[in-house]
Amino acid sequence: MTAEWEAVVVGAGPAGLMAALTAAQGGLRVLLLDAQPAAGGQIWRGAAAGQRGKAGELLRGVASHAGITVLSGAEVIAAEAGGQSHTLTVSAEAGLSHIHAARVILATGATERFLPFDGWTLPGVVGAGGLQAMSKGGLDLRGVRVVVAGSGPLLLAVAAGLRQKGARVLAVAEQAGLPGVAAFGVAAARLPGKAREALELAAGLRGIPYWTDAALVRANGDGQLQSVTLRRGRREITLACDFLAVGFGLVPETRVAALLGCPVTDAGAVNVNAWQATGVSGIYAAGEVCGIGGVDGALLEGLVAGCAASGQIERLHDSPRRAETQRRFQATLERSFALRPDRLPSPSPATIVCRCEDVRHGQLQGFTNWTAAKLQTRCGMGACQGRVCGPACQTLYGWRFGGVRAPLAPLPLSQLLAEPNTLSPP
Amino acid sequence: MKALVIGGGLVGAACADALARHSALNGQRVRVTVLEPGPVGGGATAAGMGHLVVMDDSPAQLALTARSLHLWEALAPALPRQADYHGCGTLWVASDDGELAAVEPKRRAYLAAGREATWLDAAELARAEPNLRPGLAGALRVPGDSVVYAPVVAQFLLERAGAAVRRGAVTELRDGGVRLASGETLRADLVVVANGIGAVSLLPDLPLRQRKGHLLITERGPVHVRHQLVELGYLKSAHGGDEDSVAFNVQPRPTGQLLIGSSRQFEQPDREIDWLLLRRMLRRAAEFLPALEQIAALRIWTGQRCATPDHLPLIGPHPELDGVFLATGHEGLGITTALGTAELLSAQVFGTPSGLLQYDFTPARFDRVPEPAHA
Repeated sequence: MTAEWEAVVVGAGPAGLMAALTAAQGGLRVLLLDAQPAAGGQIWRGAAAGQRGKAGELLRGVASHAGITVLSGAEVIAAEAGGQSHTLTVSAEAGLSHIHAARVILATGATERFLPFDGWTLPGVVGAGGLQAMSKGGLDLRGVRVVVAGSGPLLLAVAAGLRQKGARVLAVAEQAGLPGVAAFGVAAARLPGKAREALELAAGLRGIPYWTDAALVRANGDGQLQSVTLRRGRREITLACDFLAVGFGLVPETRVAALLGCPVTDAGAVNVNAWQATGVSGIYAAGEVCGIGGVDGALLEGLVAGCAASGQIERLHDSPRRAETQRRFQATLERSFALRPDRLPSPSPATIVCRCEDVRHGQLQGFTNWTAAKLQTRCGMGACQGRVCGPACQTLYGWRFGGVRAPLAPLPLSQLLAEPNTLSPP
Repeated sequence: MKALVIGGGLVGAACADALARHSALNGQRVRVTVLEPGPVGGGATAAGMGHLVVMDDSPAQLALTARSLHLWEALAPALPRQADYHGCGTLWVASDDGELAAVEPKRRAYLAAGREATWLDAAELARAEPNLRPGLAGALRVPGDSVVYAPVVAQFLLERAGAAVRRGAVTELRDGGVRLASGETLRADLVVVANGIGAVSLLPDLPLRQRKGHLLITERGPVHVRHQLVELGYLKSAHGGDEDSVAFNVQPRPTGQLLIGSSRQFEQPDREIDWLLLRRMLRRAAEFLPALEQIAALRIWTGQRCATPDHLPLIGPHPELDGVFLATGHEGLGITTALGTAELLSAQVFGTPSGLLQYDFTPARFDRVPEPAHA
């Protein structure tokens, strides 16, 4: 018996589920890790194995495959690449475990980008994906007034979802211009199977004003959000509301990849080749961690990574063509919703940028890079370790966020004090 | 006069400040340029705890740390708020009567150096720090010790000095100047080598060794500590032999976080976390402060101390190179003694008075008493 897994997949969203199932079908002994209590990732949060469609199918496939072990509620807090064998350290309720693996497939997904604006720290201002998750988690939104603002197709999905839960969505304010958004709509409708989805989404959005070229100016309120001020052209509009759901696109979640030494692109995504292999031997990546492209692209990349890791070349016969379609879609997505400085919020000097350490915009403006700013202002040194303010600073000041290090999440000292165990294949 | 300071850490910044202030006082114009390849205060200055502490391993160390604490007290009112200067004092914690016996001579030495020090018995210690485990023998309280966030102080001193900061790595010391990685040569009347362990790459014969340490900072949490807490056994760890050692050393940050140390390892030049040693270090800390089990670690990092064989820094003229002065080798006391180092360096350069001149911190001390050759 060996203590080493043939493959470890990090993240149980669409890409990770697909990669794990594919690799196991190729004969590998697979460990699938996920930080959440249940598999599905952000997009399939709350999905059940019994349901119809791709999510249910994959969840059933993974649950019933004897070659896959699923470990939920397990957060990777440290990772080290070795020549032949890689080591991940995960924190779970039972404590710390070391995991040794010949191959690692990173399917860590993406996180929402938040940009600071005046009033963004008021209670009632929430992440768009966050509000969606809260409503799926049981928050009663019936009759509640919501403004959705920022950028990206996620805003539309969130708006439709919130309305379905009974919320009154007053407007969706998108910073991108109409031509870009239209180009994206056309590209999306061309994807196989997407036209119907688009129609359903459009039906879910009927009657909700969708404002392109709209800038988020500020959130107003005294101790609690009362209204939101937006700018369309030269006109400012203030809407009274209970929630402002905001997000400026998604950022690849590359922290585990960074600890393993995987090179990233200028856009901040893990760099992979046609086989989803990263620049580090034995380490693959699939899904949004390689660039924001939606669930279909993630499934395809999961398939390719799973095949490549397990040597199932014959299953990849039409994947180059499909991958090309996905790549074109991804490029359109990036172009359509590229952040435009003149449509982004311009925070006042007193606006907080780093919420954990109370660092304000005015304190950061004079610096030329992340490390110097962090050393002098403590920006990014708090509980989130720069997960929120890092991407924000990248957009606001053009700094490259660096300095990812273990532990990737706050770690109970009780776990560090105890002897870690090694999680071996059954 | 043109001065180059190699290293934009706290020692380099303090030296730049002292040279500039001398010129302001004496009408002798000194133009100071600081050469730093990374961000200001981004090396050992950022890696350390920022504990300003009087130590009495030797009369020279006691004099340097005591004088430095005095200089810190004078500087404190001018420091920006972000420097987090906080006079929390130190408790040297005695586990048993044997350690407690060592407290009285230590207390007298501190008093003789002009630093207040009082004795706490077991009950007084428990009242002062209720989170310490029961059954400790007592402590020496040194109320004048402080903590500080050193990178901000380094930046402040450089600005106050009006020093020009150039991003550049020095590759070679030359007569009358330095050569940069870019190939450019800079000339100066005075060169101060203040780049910590980096000095070894310029002057390989210096008796300096890296001594790696681990630190951990917690989340803001429910466990409160009032003083910097250090076990008296720390001295054994600090001196010790070449083997890895750990000691209980916990600092309350003004943010409500706890900074936990300490470890010492020779010949570990990498930045990797040694998880086994970290666990040893944390177990030692939890023996004294069991409540640590209830809080979470936010960040863990390592840094390199720059140690000399006698645990005293190298401050003074290089034995052979004209116009080259050293200010390095401070091991774990670089933040504490940066200000005393700068005062002494300035006294050596300009012939101004300083009580520290009566102790030998010069690099030449190792030539006068040859080290026995190591096998």
